[in-house]
Amino acid sequence: MRNRFADVFFELGSQDPRMVMVVADISPAGSIAKFRTEYPDRFVNTGVAEQIMIGMCAGMSQRGLRPFAYTIATFAIFRPFEFLRIDLCYQNLPVTVVGIGGGVTYSTLGATHHAMEDVAIACSVPNLQVIAPCDPRETADATRWCAIQENGPVYLRLGKAGEQDMTEESTSEWEFGKIRYLDKYREGGICILSYGPIIKLAREIGSKLESEGKQVNIVSVHTLKPLDTIGILKALKSHDEVVVIEEMIPYGGLYDRVRALAFEAGATCGVSGFSLRDEFIHTYGSHEELLLAHGLGADKIADKLLRGGK
Amino acid sequence: MFNPSAYQAHQLQGAVQRCTRYRKRILDISQKVSALHIAPSFSAIEIVDLAYNILKVDPTCEIGDDIFLMSKGHGCMSLYVILEDLGVLSKKDIDAYCTPGGRLGAHPDYGNPGIVSSTGSLGHGLGIAVGMAYGERLQGRKGIVYVLLSDGECQEGSTWEALMMAANLSLGNLVIMIDNNDFSGLERLSEGHPSFYPLKEKFEAFGCESCTVDGHDSGALLAAVNKRQGEKPYVMVCRTTKGKGVSFMENEPIWHYRSPTADEYEKALNELSSTQ
Repeated sequence: MRNRFADVFFELGSQDPRMVMVVADISPAGSIAKFRTEYPDRFVNTGVAEQIMIGMCAGMSQRGLRPFAYTIATFAIFRPFEFLRIDLCYQNLPVTVVGIGGGVTYSTLGATHHAMEDVAIACSVPNLQVIAPCDPRETADATRWCAIQENGPVYLRLGKAGEQDMTEESTSEWEFGKIRYLDKYREGGICILSYGPIIKLAREIGSKLESEGKQVNIVSVHTLKPLDTIGILKALKSHDEVVVIEEMIPYGGLYDRVRALAFEAGATCGVSGFSLRDEFIHTYGSHEELLLAHGLGADKIADKLLRGGK
Repeated sequence: MFNPSAYQAHQLQGAVQRCTRYRKRILDISQKVSALHIAPSFSAIEIVDLAYNILKVDPTCEIGDDIFLMSKGHGCMSLYVILEDLGVLSKKDIDAYCTPGGRLGAHPDYGNPGIVSSTGSLGHGLGIAVGMAYGERLQGRKGIVYVLLSDGECQEGSTWEALMMAANLSLGNLVIMIDNNDFSGLERLSEGHPSFYPLKEKFEAFGCESCTVDGHDSGALLAAVNKRQGEKPYVMVCRTTKGKGVSFMENEPIWHYRSPTADEYEKALNELSSTQ
């Protein structure tokens, strides 16, 4: 995802002289390094200083540029939070804040580098649009959208590198603010709503359920704010079971929103959710191992869903 | 053809009269609301007057012109009355200050005429100004970005992040004015935070050009702006008096917030009239 973002940014930045990359001491990988070499004036490294990273983006945007702030998700949201809130959101400027390593992607670095609450916090700020693509293809589409949209600020939550494409078979295009079925939409059965790279886990769970004779739809809810409430209500109405899988704390995320919508609509389907635990875990290992430590494993979740319990 | 020197000299002559008029206007408004940060506005009047009426910053904030950014948002009454005087804000706007029907509050709100940035939370304006100055340079424009900071804002770490970046980028088109009235909301900085000083030397150590100037002497302020070399960010430490012009408001922390009673209002007006 990181590399696809970099490729698309380079391509767009080569065509649009307003585009500027502002990083806070993060090593420019792939095409971002190329962008830095070819357009040194439009690559700004503020150093280990995230508040000025956001502040500068605001000022540049107010003077006609299209800045992207780029760093590890924790340092994109938590560290400069009030600058994000006031400089970008209160002033409603079309700046994209890219957070790399959403969730527990940085699985060996400890909770200092885990963006576990970022989506809940980002969604709580007025004017901030929140996008979490599920694969490199969606990352490319979202980046293109961010570069030209005029609505206001965006938090673009990405994974790291090496994610596989998940949406090649999708019959629908990526569209901001619309949920997207990864395969052909089929009514009935189980619908798994997810976002970000953890959609890979949703796929695995889906395969396990299908091998047990269940019908499963996997949906990328890539836009968390504004949420596609119409699309989600439709999913609640047309499935027997709606399951949310998210790499985020259990509160303030997609599961809460889906539950609220189901309650308000008087949905008759089952609704369940699987997320990171509400705790800082002191465990290290691969990304998969960290998710497992948070209770997010394909076997366990598939088993729970098959047994009909939580 | 427009002659900046002649214009500045002309405008300088009327500065004392204008600034007295602005202070009186703020006092008028104070009789309608309970709190409006009188004292921190009074300390900044000559600096804001310098920007708009002497340096002729375009108050409509058009891209391609100089910019004045009020980072000390709580001093915005000084900005409002000058924008009113310039016809950018209307009397109706000012009359509706802090009321549901109006659009002006106790801190500047971006989107209103003449308001460059939403400030009020301290330590934000300089970072935005650095982005603006860099953006101007990147797009080959000659605009100067003037930004007014309170001295209390220099306690915010973000101000120093921004300052380091301004110097790293050699932003010679950035002029930072510090309203150094020596007070934060609670106390005198020189007493409560003695290591806050010296200021000029700190700015120089951070890679800026800096000077100290009497922030209530319009002529000295103009001379200080004009003597900058323009290679580095320029920081003017403007020595001011909080509540300047009204004896009982000067250096009294309570006037950071409150509005005068009717009697105090009359007394303040008389004092301003007699010093004009």
